[in-house]
Amino acid sequence: MSRGPLRSPWAGPLGLYHPGSSLLHRAPAGLKLTVLAGFAVAVTVVNGPRSAVVALGVAVLLQVASGVPWHRTTRGLVPTLAVAASIGAYQWWARGWEIAVEVSFDLVALVLVSTLLTATTRADALLDVLARLGRPLRHVGLSPDLFGLTVGLFLRTVPVLVRTTSETRDAARARGLERNPRAVLVPAAVRMVAHARATGDALAARGLGED
Amino acid sequence: MPTISLDDVQVTAYSPDPAGGADRIVRLLGPVTLDLVERRIAIVGANGSGKSTLARLLNGLVLPSSGTVRVDGLDTGRDGAAVRRRVGFMFTDPDAQLVMPTPVEDVALSLRRLRLDAPARDAAARAALARFGLADRAEVPVHSLSGGQRQLLALASVLATDPDILVCDEPTTLLDLRWRGVVDTLLAGLDQQVVVVTHDLDAALRAERVLVVEQGDVVFDGDPVAAVRFYRDLMTVGRP
Repeated sequence: MSRGPLRSPWAGPLGLYHPGSSLLHRAPAGLKLTVLAGFAVAVTVVNGPRSAVVALGVAVLLQVASGVPWHRTTRGLVPTLAVAASIGAYQWWARGWEIAVEVSFDLVALVLVSTLLTATTRADALLDVLARLGRPLRHVGLSPDLFGLTVGLFLRTVPVLVRTTSETRDAARARGLERNPRAVLVPAAVRMVAHARATGDALAARGLGED
Repeated sequence: MPTISLDDVQVTAYSPDPAGGADRIVRLLGPVTLDLVERRIAIVGANGSGKSTLARLLNGLVLPSSGTVRVDGLDTGRDGAAVRRRVGFMFTDPDAQLVMPTPVEDVALSLRRLRLDAPARDAAARAALARFGLADRAEVPVHSLSGGQRQLLALASVLATDPDILVCDEPTTLLDLRWRGVVDTLLAGLDQQVVVVTHDLDAALRAERVLVVEQGDVVFDGDPVAAVRFYRDLMTVGRP
């Protein structure tokens, strides 16, 4: 049975940069991080289903304004939607529909806005902002550039983790071990450690974090 | 040409005892004493012979357990950062080397060391990509590139900072015949001193000097034709 063209594997909730010229693309990375932080605080502090609907509406409006294709963000949102639906159903049963709407809508809104940040901001620009944020670390003997690089690499590791797990699951399936969680988890963990070591070597070879 | 000097270098490592006793110390390489001054140097040897360890010594990725490695007088242990500014390193698997989501960002990451501002860094990254025929792939996800394109990108990322020396650890092992030719041609045209670890004996024959490594020792050092003949004999006669 034909299933249509193959899609590349899901790369995690934090989308890849999508080139564009929207206001969101042109806004400074620092401003976008600040707005995201403010949005997160507001969503957490302001209670009630009405504010949650407004938050999600704002997130959707930002998505439209960004010009980033819907499939880029909605694919990444699928697992979040599943989690939000599960939590929402439980909250509805335990505490009523108002709480259910608030929790699930807030979660989706936050993940969507975070996805938009990475989809409209180059990793290079994010590294600059993170290095600026890390300047006070100089006083305790840590390099701000190294701090920025560490956080940037952490974000980059999410899709690598997803890809490694997917490849390991395929390998387990090829050997008829798809029902054995150890056949996926152990090799995936070992491969991630190997990836971390290889990344360390690559950074050392490029002399990053040394100056 | 830059001078790489290895003086009585030995690399050892702890290894688990198969009998369950205390870890043993095993010799991975050496003692080796060499001066590398030629423009094109190849290192050949069987898997596990110590040739990658030798390559990694040259930019301080591996430090000698005893002896010294110097690049233009700079000690790889004491002056590691300065050595790595002079010596670029290219890995076998580009996926081990590429850490950013898109090509332009990965090259820009290398350029951060030069303290350029963001627009200058972006322009330099795009120029480096254009040099390797990847200008139109600057914004695509790295994982969507072919293996050959990824190896070119790895090369662009290393050469963007214009090192004096390039050390390549089996740069064409994972590539098909076409991409192997592309990478070989690019490496041959570089101004830098190039040290290549390779299983490709045709590539070794194009070098000016070839080192043959076997069980942690440099067992032949000299003319490429004689070195490749020696290596072929070694692999045939010495086959277990």
